[in-house]
Amino acid sequence: MTSAKEEILRRIRRATRDVSEGERPEDVPVERGYRKEDGASHEELVEGFTERVAEYEAIVHRISEEELPRAIAEACQRRNVERLVVPADLPEYWVPEGVEPLWDNENGRLSNEELDKSDGVLTGCSLGIAQTGTIVLDAGEGQGRRALTLLPDYHLCIVREEQIVGLVPEAFTGLKDTIKKGRAITFISGPSATSDIELDRVEGVHGPRTLEVLIVG
Amino acid sequence: MTKEASDAFAPGKTPHFEESAKVSLADTQLRHNIGKATRSIREKRAVSVEELPDWQELREAGRALKERTMRHLDEYLLQLEESVTRAGGHVHWARSAEEANRVVAGVAKSHDAREVVKVKSIATEETKLNEYLENEGMQVFETDLAELIIQLAGETSSHILVPAIHKNRAEIREIFLRELGVDELSDDPKDLTNAARLYLREKFLNARVGVSGANFAVAETGTVCVVESEGNGRMCTTLPPVLVTLMGIEKVIPAWQDFEVFMQLLPRSSTAERMSPYTSFWTGVSKDDGPQEFHLVLLDNGRTAVLADEVGRQTLYCIRCSACLNVCPVYERTGGHAYNSVYPGPIGAILTPQLVGIGKQGSDSLPYASSLCGACYEVCPVKINIPEVLVHLRGRVVRYRKDEGGLKGKLDPENVAMKALAKTFSDRRLYEAAQKASRIGQWPLARKGSIHRLPGRLAGWTEARDLKPTPRQTFREWWKSRNGS
Repeated sequence: MTSAKEEILRRIRRATRDVSEGERPEDVPVERGYRKEDGASHEELVEGFTERVAEYEAIVHRISEEELPRAIAEACQRRNVERLVVPADLPEYWVPEGVEPLWDNENGRLSNEELDKSDGVLTGCSLGIAQTGTIVLDAGEGQGRRALTLLPDYHLCIVREEQIVGLVPEAFTGLKDTIKKGRAITFISGPSATSDIELDRVEGVHGPRTLEVLIVG
Repeated sequence: MTKEASDAFAPGKTPHFEESAKVSLADTQLRHNIGKATRSIREKRAVSVEELPDWQELREAGRALKERTMRHLDEYLLQLEESVTRAGGHVHWARSAEEANRVVAGVAKSHDAREVVKVKSIATEETKLNEYLENEGMQVFETDLAELIIQLAGETSSHILVPAIHKNRAEIREIFLRELGVDELSDDPKDLTNAARLYLREKFLNARVGVSGANFAVAETGTVCVVESEGNGRMCTTLPPVLVTLMGIEKVIPAWQDFEVFMQLLPRSSTAERMSPYTSFWTGVSKDDGPQEFHLVLLDNGRTAVLADEVGRQTLYCIRCSACLNVCPVYERTGGHAYNSVYPGPIGAILTPQLVGIGKQGSDSLPYASSLCGACYEVCPVKINIPEVLVHLRGRVVRYRKDEGGLKGKLDPENVAMKALAKTFSDRRLYEAAQKASRIGQWPLARKGSIHRLPGRLAGWTEARDLKPTPRQTFREWWKSRNGS
């Protein structure tokens, strides 16, 4: 008896008999005439990113490096955050006083229930895409595993200006190393949303219902 | 409409498109909802696409990448299998829907799973995975809001992207009050959404097995991608310890970098957004992050038959954005149910008959569910020439009837009429004589410049359209008199 795999491959080869023996995939021309890089200045990119993230109904602030700890503390205060989920390698000085950090590290993984009952999560990011207002998480430094940014109802994300790229193609180029390492990647473009009921947009379905972004210059 | 009543993928006869369309056309609420939805998405999409000066270049690259993939599909699938396996995943091949369902059920059973959480996937609707798992004693939870609504209502989807657009808020409130065990609930979409969030959160936290479809899978790296808005996709692909993804074999793309094309084409074409709220990419199993067991099921179920048709092959380029549904004048009026398939609209009209095979009454009628206006081709992000495939399939249906039908096929009214027409159109004298005859013959039928009802066997033509009568003076007659010849 032939296996499903053999049979499907045989069907495919029979179906593509019109393709000549010698043709290689690269012989089928792919014209990549689209834009690969945004010509705008970096300041324009940062402005574009800020604008588009805000259009997704996320809360956005632009701040300086010195203002960062205070901005984090104020954001947590506004939300009444008491227990804050933090990835193991997050800079310790980011965690505000008076907030109980729930560290997620190799010796002590937070359970899904603990994540669910927390008041929020604080992370960095891997990249920001100006063209689409997208934040990219790749389980790299200061980001932690995927569940951390999924179960808490509030996500406070720190984006450094130098992490912002222009166009979508630049982001995929920048993520090549992550992919080689086999890490998971999540693109976040505003808080989750649905338009399933009469096309009325409702912000916040299953992920964090509030996304707050601090852009650090 | 119940599941049994209409499904081209189920054994047995499905109704002719015109019959089902009549039912849908009579439902004014449905027509209103679908009209509003398609109009709104259509307008937003146009704005979103307008923003990209290189949209045509992206479309062309998307089309070419898909062409490359289809011509070498065997190589890419083998490469995908190798990459996923290297990254710690398991790959299964499934010739048919039944075989795919068996694989998924087998995985779930090996973990003693009683409950399975699922993120919206048309491939699993095609294979009727839910029914299969339920027969195996498992409970399946659809977690996409619209899918949850129609699952609770016991109905089927009417649009690829917004499957519950045929339901209004009051109807949804009724369903939730009845099925979710909540006592108080307003019909505000915010409250309805929150009720679903609370109900599903518990399911996500406890499920041992998650099931998803895939928007893309990369041969080069083994990376699988799910694009979504609500976060249920992230939940299903992150929280359960075991994940099974079912994808059609045509969803493979060559390289990681190719996402730079598809992740621009898909969100803008589908939800008119610059980027969908959440896009997840995972590669096999990542240590300490997400499911520690991953299965990828590669499904044929008729796709290789589509591949074998050199004109129809482009149908497999489809990235399921649903832009063609929203611009289609036929879909806008009938909605999705009339197509009797999990794939409605223009793309469904070419995909369904090819997947289930020519020669089935219901799906054979689908290539005719079009005015060939070409709007679908214009918006398609991977440039599928849907009108070309529609016409090609009409030809295949007519040829099938002629070849397979024996004497009955030869006497098929359409065949006979087409033959007579071909003869008339190719002979000037016959054509002019026919015009004269029609002018005499039509006087009892024409009212106020149009014919609403043709008699006898011809009535079918005017059931869904008016016919212009032959004018008092034809162009040919006018031309002759003008030249005085």
